[in-house]
Amino acid sequence: MEFFDILVSILGSAVRLSIPLLFTALAGLFSERAGIFDIGLEGKMLASAFASACVAYMTGNAWLGLLAGIAVSIAFSLIHGFASITNRGNQIVSGVALNFVAAGLTIVLGQAWFGQGGRTPQVPGEGRFAPIILPGVDAMREVPFIGPLYANVISGNNILTYIAFLMVPLSWWVLYRTRFGLRLRAVGENPGAVDTAGISVPWMRYRAVILAGFLCGFAGTYLAVAQSAAFINNMSAGKGYIALAALIFAKWRPVPVMFACLLFGFLDAVANFMQGKVVPGIGEVPVQIFQALPYVLTCILLAGFIGVARPPKAGGVPYTKER
Amino acid sequence: MSTASVPLPAWISYGVIPLINLMLAFFFSGLVIWSIGENPFEALKFLVQGALGRGDAIGFTLFYATSFIFTGLSVAVAFHAGLFNIGSEGQAYIGGLGAALVALALDRYVPWYVTMPFAIAGAAIFGAAWAFIPAWLQAKRGSHIVITTIMFNFIAAALMVYLLVNVFIVPGKMAPETRTFLPGGQLPKLDWLMALFGLRLGPAPFNVSFVIALVMCFLVWVLIWRTKLGYEMRTLGVSPTAAVYAGVPYVRTVIVAMLISGALAGMMALNVVMGASARLQVEFVAGAGFVGIAVSLMGRSHPVGILFAALLFGILYQGGADLSFEMPNITRDMIVVIQGLVILFAGALEYMLRPAMVRLYQQFAGK
Amino acid sequence: MSLGPSKEPAIELVGIDKKFGAVHANKNINLTVAKGSIHGIIGENGAGKSTLMSILYGFYHADEGEIRIFGKPVAIRDSQAAIAAGIGMVHQHFMLVENFTVLENVMLGAESGQLLAKGVASARKELKRLEDDYGLEVDPDAVIEELPVGRQQRVEILKALYRGAEILILDEPTGVLTPAEADHLFKVLRVLRDQGKTIILITHKLREIMAITDTVSVMRRGEMVATRKTAETTVEELAELMVGRRVLLRVEKGEAKPGSVLLSVRNLTVKDSRGVTMVDDVSFDVRAGEIVGIAGVAGNGQSELLEAIAGIRKPTSGEIFIDGQPAANVDPARLRDLGLAHIPEDRHHMGLVLKFEEYENSILGYHRNEQYGKGALLDLEAIRKDAEEKIAKYDIRPPNPRLKTANFSGGNQQKIVVAREIERDPKMLIIGQPTRGVDIGAIEFIHRRIIEMRDAGKAILLVSVELDEVRSLSDRILVMFAGKIVGEKEADAGEQTLGLMMAGIAA
Repeated sequence: MEFFDILVSILGSAVRLSIPLLFTALAGLFSERAGIFDIGLEGKMLASAFASACVAYMTGNAWLGLLAGIAVSIAFSLIHGFASITNRGNQIVSGVALNFVAAGLTIVLGQAWFGQGGRTPQVPGEGRFAPIILPGVDAMREVPFIGPLYANVISGNNILTYIAFLMVPLSWWVLYRTRFGLRLRAVGENPGAVDTAGISVPWMRYRAVILAGFLCGFAGTYLAVAQSAAFINNMSAGKGYIALAALIFAKWRPVPVMFACLLFGFLDAVANFMQGKVVPGIGEVPVQIFQALPYVLTCILLAGFIGVARPPKAGGVPYTKER
Repeated sequence: MSTASVPLPAWISYGVIPLINLMLAFFFSGLVIWSIGENPFEALKFLVQGALGRGDAIGFTLFYATSFIFTGLSVAVAFHAGLFNIGSEGQAYIGGLGAALVALALDRYVPWYVTMPFAIAGAAIFGAAWAFIPAWLQAKRGSHIVITTIMFNFIAAALMVYLLVNVFIVPGKMAPETRTFLPGGQLPKLDWLMALFGLRLGPAPFNVSFVIALVMCFLVWVLIWRTKLGYEMRTLGVSPTAAVYAGVPYVRTVIVAMLISGALAGMMALNVVMGASARLQVEFVAGAGFVGIAVSLMGRSHPVGILFAALLFGILYQGGADLSFEMPNITRDMIVVIQGLVILFAGALEYMLRPAMVRLYQQFAGK
Repeated sequence: MSLGPSKEPAIELVGIDKKFGAVHANKNINLTVAKGSIHGIIGENGAGKSTLMSILYGFYHADEGEIRIFGKPVAIRDSQAAIAAGIGMVHQHFMLVENFTVLENVMLGAESGQLLAKGVASARKELKRLEDDYGLEVDPDAVIEELPVGRQQRVEILKALYRGAEILILDEPTGVLTPAEADHLFKVLRVLRDQGKTIILITHKLREIMAITDTVSVMRRGEMVATRKTAETTVEELAELMVGRRVLLRVEKGEAKPGSVLLSVRNLTVKDSRGVTMVDDVSFDVRAGEIVGIAGVAGNGQSELLEAIAGIRKPTSGEIFIDGQPAANVDPARLRDLGLAHIPEDRHHMGLVLKFEEYENSILGYHRNEQYGKGALLDLEAIRKDAEEKIAKYDIRPPNPRLKTANFSGGNQQKIVVAREIERDPKMLIIGQPTRGVDIGAIEFIHRRIIEMRDAGKAILLVSVELDEVRSLSDRILVMFAGKIVGEKEADAGEQTLGLMMAGIAA
């Protein structure tokens, strides 16, 4: 039974760790399916974490924090769009630049405003997204297996977690069941087809990056005012890149994105759990293995050793109408 | 007709436009400083003084610049072959392993100048090895090198932490780092060089790596513009179809270019590991690999441009540290903002001003 | 039964004029196409057909002129406006999303509502109706990239019809089709016409014009030179109108003295990236001291043939021998060692690196030669000196080896390539479009050099879409059509004979 308790606790933490990945990977999904590579997911996550923490601290309202996080993240998206859609600049370079701007600016402004070395002050309780206890937890507690799973993995998460999982079917629905989604997928594969159908390619792509900004706003907010209670320097800590890896690992499809994020979140949780523990018969397993595994898996996938990851055909290529 | 095809004279394309882009980056940086209630010009004064005002300040500036020259050259070499190597950071990190292994093996037995060539080779080979897999994946399997090099940065970080925590750590110590190298494993400081200019180096770790960096600038210049390999790399980078026509072997050229790029990144470790801290430490690269992207973009991938861009960033890094003492409101991370803005304006928005410039030029040239 | 074309005009173009920089692509074009007819527009490559149709579809804007659709003047600002005016276009390179289904492609941009579900149902019904009405059968749930090319084209037609197109423009529709597929397309076009649609067919294939159109216009060098009723004209007349009575650039040359076989091609087959056979079981020889010209309308496999011989494109099967050595699937660097020089069709993307300085391009492909530097290094002084000599000998202007190649004119750029390839003194030379976009003076110069090469005992294979050029330079002419060599003629063969062979009509 001890093993089961451990598993439940790891699963619970896996879910919590996968949420920012999930929002961010879905953000990348919309941007990249429209043909705009987004290395800047990391920066958007960081910037929105900072913005949401600031506003949540000042207003004591978590929802206003979320709004601020989304607004700032979208602003970053618009710069990315201005560089890569309007000015046909290199999308990778633009993403790298925005990551730096976010990494630096959050600390500079944080220090200037709060004087705590870049951190924001603790967000008060009502300014955070608190865990929600789902009905029937107590009643189910006695049910073997399902009870603890329900209480610790399904229940007890904050509202953003549930929104994240709702975003998966919603993203799928938007991509595959709406006119917007059809055009968005088309513009990432063959912008010429979209253009000759009388649809504006730049406007389609702008809408896609704005959507990416919107979702990254949730990810950052989750980090700062749901998972923690303040903004901490560089608190995204590479999660934007893991999300990118998850997106590639899922071959740019929404439901597999969820599973990839859960897998990578699970690896992260295992790494945390294994810290300093000795596995009988093997000895101490270095946590770095679990930390590196998402990247190693993604490289193996990219090499075409597990299926073929076919990126959107027009990805990374600025669209020029004149031939 | 679109302005994209109108030719502009070189002094506008390579002089005026990059300069304006740089000014824009600094203008927005100034805006950030102004917005947090400080005087940008005051800040600039402190920054320049902090970077160039004293002997040790200059020493630190040149020390940082040395690292950036290596990583800037690394990004530039790959870029000439049409490859975007975002992995200089990880390659430098692994390069540190190569340098440290050599230093640890030899420092008891031989003086520094015997260790140095082996250390250069060790750093270069380890850095190159780390670039090899992404290069091979790009050349043979078409895996996007931008993504794989990013992934390899993180894999390098995990690997190095593991090695330092579990293998190299000095028994009984807490810090995940190797033992301190003896003088036989250290690169000496260039205090005599500073003394020539009547400056005192003080505690600044400005060391022989700077000379190695200058030699590498020259060698990269020779490679790109004076060798057959460099010619093939540039052909591939500018026109992949013409490269096919000319019989440039794609797989070999991609892999060799990346190996050289990785080797240059790896050599950056000499400066920090053997020239400054005399031991291998966690995260010693500290973002220099990414600064290399900014340096290479700003220096237009030319060694001379890279030298100046690296000096500029050296000034920013050293001066920024000093600035944060003088104006506690502005943290060192302001440098990162400036760096990001430079990459944004000099890189991603490099075409922004072109149409306006073409119109201006046509007006003045009377066409 | 068809009642024949009515008199009401569907399209009227009045005084359409378009310039791209110095190139006058369309000169004062007037055209009237009757409703319910198939109108052909024929002309050689670069005659301005595609530009005219792009203006009609809103991709370009005419500098001057008026477009009237069904009698009403319309401003076609973009593709959306063209679609709204009832114009549909089937592009030469299909504008399809390859990993989408047929249904999704047809719906794109005409989804009827924010949600797809409703649109899908009605699109499905509409596709069924179009299938019944026009015989355009296609599985709506098939994914585009899994369909053969002919089917993909049908989806393009369906796309246009789904959007309610009354006027259908087809740009070189048969270029990618097999003859059977092309026949089927024509059947479909006839049905469409009989149901009242107006069709414009752009092509350079005379056979198609005769087979399918009601009326035909001929374009030449940006001008609309004639319009005829198809029934009242002949292939011969159209061929003459298309080519025009040009001043023949006669090149002084003596009798060829062919020697031993230097280039030998056996059963060569080449497929393109889509798997379409572009060169189909081709065999021929080129001897020392002769020029063999390949005549043919662009897109009949000449480019792929040249690239396969030059080592740029991998042949699917067959053999190539250079001076007796196997040379199929050999990389271009090794082929140069074997004595093959190649002046490629596309100097902008292959023959030159436009961003390089002139002298750098003067060694492209030969940069590994000892002459340009020992070992790994380049000897820039030797290269520049060599470049200067070529500049002087070939009168390349401006005579500056340090100038960026993009800043030379087309003719001088071509001279840079010609100088590089000829001055290597190769055993054989393969040439694609030696004088495309080159001024008259440079044309004569380049032609003289090619003859000199022949007289020096080199084997020369020449591909050009300019029939004149092939005729005036070649000692023997091979005609290529649909990937095959359909016949061989002596150099003095008549223009019409060759023209008919190029159109795949006579052998």
